[in-house]
Amino acid sequence: MLNELTALEIHNKIAAGEITATTAAQDCLSAITRADPHLHAYNAVFADRAMRQAEAVDQAHTAGQPRGLLAGVPIAIKDNLCTTFGATTCSSKMLKNFHSPYDATVVKKLEQAGAVILGKTNLDEFAMGSSTENSAFGPTRNPWNTQCVPGGSSGGSAAATAARLCAASLGSDTGGSIRQPASLCGIVGLKPTYGLVSRYGLVAFASSLDQIGPMTRTVGDAALLLQVIAGHDPWDSTSWPEPVPDYLSDLDKPLENVRIGLPAEFSGEGIEPEVSAAIAKAVDFYHRQGAKVVPVNLPHTKYGIAAYYVIAPAEASSNLARYDGVHYGHRTARPENLFDLYAASRAEGFGPEVQRRIMLGTYALSSGYYDAYYLRALRVRQLIKRDFDQAFEKCDFIACPTSPTVAFELGAKSGDPLQMYLCDVFTVTCNIAGIPGMNIPCGFSQTGLPIGLQILGPTFSEQRMLRLARMYEKHHDWHTRKPVLPQA
Amino acid sequence: MSTTTAAEPQYKVLIGMEIHVQLATQSKMFTGAANGFGGDPNSQVDPVILGLPGVLPVINKRAVEMAMMVGLALNCQIAAQTKWDRKSYYYPDLPKNYQISQYDQPLCGAGSIELPLADGGSKTVRIRRAHLEEDAGKLLHEAGMTESLVDLNRAGTPLLEIVTEPDLTSPEEARLFGEELRRICRYLGVSHGIMQQGHMRFEPNINLHIYHHGKTIKTAITEIKNLNSFRAVERACSYEIQRQLAEYLAHPEVMPSQGKSTRGWDDDKGMTLLQREKEEAHDYRYFPDPDLVPLHIAPRWVEAIRSGVVELPIARRKRYQEVFGMSAKEAFSLTEERAVADLFDRAASLGAPVRRLTNLFLGPAAKMANEAATDQATTVLISDLPVTAEQYARLAQLVETGGISATSAVMVFEHLIKHPEADPAQAAEQLGLMQIRDQNQTEAWVMQALAANPQAISDYKNNPKKKQASLGFLRGAVMKASQGKADPKLVGEILEAKLKA
Repeated sequence: MLNELTALEIHNKIAAGEITATTAAQDCLSAITRADPHLHAYNAVFADRAMRQAEAVDQAHTAGQPRGLLAGVPIAIKDNLCTTFGATTCSSKMLKNFHSPYDATVVKKLEQAGAVILGKTNLDEFAMGSSTENSAFGPTRNPWNTQCVPGGSSGGSAAATAARLCAASLGSDTGGSIRQPASLCGIVGLKPTYGLVSRYGLVAFASSLDQIGPMTRTVGDAALLLQVIAGHDPWDSTSWPEPVPDYLSDLDKPLENVRIGLPAEFSGEGIEPEVSAAIAKAVDFYHRQGAKVVPVNLPHTKYGIAAYYVIAPAEASSNLARYDGVHYGHRTARPENLFDLYAASRAEGFGPEVQRRIMLGTYALSSGYYDAYYLRALRVRQLIKRDFDQAFEKCDFIACPTSPTVAFELGAKSGDPLQMYLCDVFTVTCNIAGIPGMNIPCGFSQTGLPIGLQILGPTFSEQRMLRLARMYEKHHDWHTRKPVLPQA
Repeated sequence: MSTTTAAEPQYKVLIGMEIHVQLATQSKMFTGAANGFGGDPNSQVDPVILGLPGVLPVINKRAVEMAMMVGLALNCQIAAQTKWDRKSYYYPDLPKNYQISQYDQPLCGAGSIELPLADGGSKTVRIRRAHLEEDAGKLLHEAGMTESLVDLNRAGTPLLEIVTEPDLTSPEEARLFGEELRRICRYLGVSHGIMQQGHMRFEPNINLHIYHHGKTIKTAITEIKNLNSFRAVERACSYEIQRQLAEYLAHPEVMPSQGKSTRGWDDDKGMTLLQREKEEAHDYRYFPDPDLVPLHIAPRWVEAIRSGVVELPIARRKRYQEVFGMSAKEAFSLTEERAVADLFDRAASLGAPVRRLTNLFLGPAAKMANEAATDQATTVLISDLPVTAEQYARLAQLVETGGISATSAVMVFEHLIKHPEADPAQAAEQLGLMQIRDQNQTEAWVMQALAANPQAISDYKNNPKKKQASLGFLRGAVMKASQGKADPKLVGEILEAKLKA
């Protein structure tokens, strides 16, 4: 079945005339029909539209027209990316029926490159969560064990990609929302440097932390997708104005004399032994490949979660203020007055975790508390950035676990927000510092659940980071393992 | 310090102004949607203006430059780095429920202007700051409807908020400041300054220092919101001064000296009404907008903008008085509009005698412009008339050298309006208005006038009281006989010679 092919394989086989885009799309759509009722990776599937896109790719191929990098590649996108087709729900009742009049910049770029967009994937409401249980439309399940969560917030994209319900997907990462579900589902997930990918059309959660990135089964596919979506966008003032480097050409060339830093703060208590062991083995692999392994310190890591849960909710409280029932989105049925319209529309439209974060953030920005919370968190942010700057003087990349645990069962943490927040303990500092980070599969637990290695690098080091990840992938076969799916 | 009647205390008025100026950019403050007045409701919007999910703001460079121009005109310090902050409050005309503004790093810092006053003097008005922000939309409340409608055409319009120190000490000064600021903005081309369209909105902050029983009592500051005419500024300030004074006199023992309340102006009733007490003041939860990067302003950029700042009305008035020898009133009239003053300067630079030029501008040109306005809402400026600087210069020259009389100049001017291509001298010729200096012809006109007016001759010769008047009368009679073509100087000479004979 063609849905098992990677994006690069599909691209190459279509180019060689071995397969058609139509068959690739059809196979993905069939796989979705069979498996998605059990997984709920997708919020919406655009079967007809996808088939029309695939047919257009095949016609262009027959006519000998130039091909885009993603010509005919079936892609899933997270349902917080604005599209002119289908709804853009953010898995929230608030935006259940919201139809965007414009496409996100990344969506335009995907389509210009010839991608076939299969559908939009489930997420924790407004990307707030680490398990995809906070979706207003029901949770997504982990393809390796449907009793377990896929991680979050890009759990739908992770599950769809791992379960071969698409060739590759896009997610968004504010505190780990690409890397953590990638880890829990055993796929590759890359959170680019802040500013590398345009945020225009990504429904904002925390603007200074949000980045869109690829979620794929292979490192090569991550490079391919990043090549397409990266680049300056005049619609995003925070996007990086420099030209995009070539991520693909030298991908297979191993890095020489690379120094890998092991932060003392990213080990020890709270990490499952199997996770620690798998990470140690992966580091050992690099060592055997000639990498120098050096200890580094990131002393302010312990304040990362606290700073993150001030900064992200503060920005969210402002970003989500627009959902008020006045202009679009959910509106309460019979408001008594303007205040009631606001209060009731928001109380009905937002789920408990979103409401919790709006309240946290509003409090942190309030007069009299601003200095003690928001300003202090910004100072911690500077210290965390400095930690990384200093660490990257001693090493080229940092290796650590993406998640302290493998996938946990549904409901295991949903009653305890603080436990849930600790899922992000190894991922948030990367967003706080604006540096790139990626997850690659590096093993499985006894229970058959994936374990992920996180690689962190200095800003705009994606080209070399992908090569480092590829070094590992070339000598391991974790990425070729397939979850056994329940069939409809 | 104002003095009231003997029974009442003395007091000093302190007025500081907050002024919102809509900048006349092509597009809006943070997106490419058109920036313009009118159109169907919600026609000048795009996803950014609507605050749709996923949109991001991008700074309009032209708006920053226009704001810098005003800042430089007000002698403000231009910040080397400025940033953008979100000001949060819920209102249906604010789609994002926050306004992008500048909180603690305004684009323009402290400055001042020398405000000309009605008595011919001037006073220094200090500027505290001026910053950029985006305007909100409008709510439409239609009669008989239980719901309000939202029009977001105005939303996202670039706004420059200028804040003065409380240096204005009377309602008249407040009005004069507003008028001067409007002139400055129009000169700079950053605003059309059409008050009816809300291009400028004023919010005076007023309080009194009352000196009574040997003590100084400071009344609580009130801010009057959203005044959009100069008359309203003056009236609202006057009302508020009297209201604060009356409030003090009624309850001197409970006069609050802290806090600030907000009042609205009811133009029909001619009074201010309480809108919000201090206790209800908003917590705007300002924080830096993470969607925008701080703006670094290189000194080179500031200098480039400074070099583009035109001569401002205050400087121009001074030059017209000092260099051209105009009266204060003449200079004021000619510099009111930049286009008129520019036309005047061009004509003057072509060598036109300034006195004749001034008379042409303030005489026939002003009259024609005034008459050309078809209704009250439209204004036609002298510079809108089809007469060019070259024509003004030649016409003024013609009067100066005695080619035509001042009376004839008016007729030539009217001819030029109807025949924009015409040359003033040729027109004067064509109209038969060129002065005739022929001795015999002039003598004939003099004789004709004398023959027709024996009584005036008698008065001139026999009644010393009427001597001058009758001479003037006879001179007029000669000019009339010549149909305005006689040279007044020659007429005078011949007339006096004949009368003495």
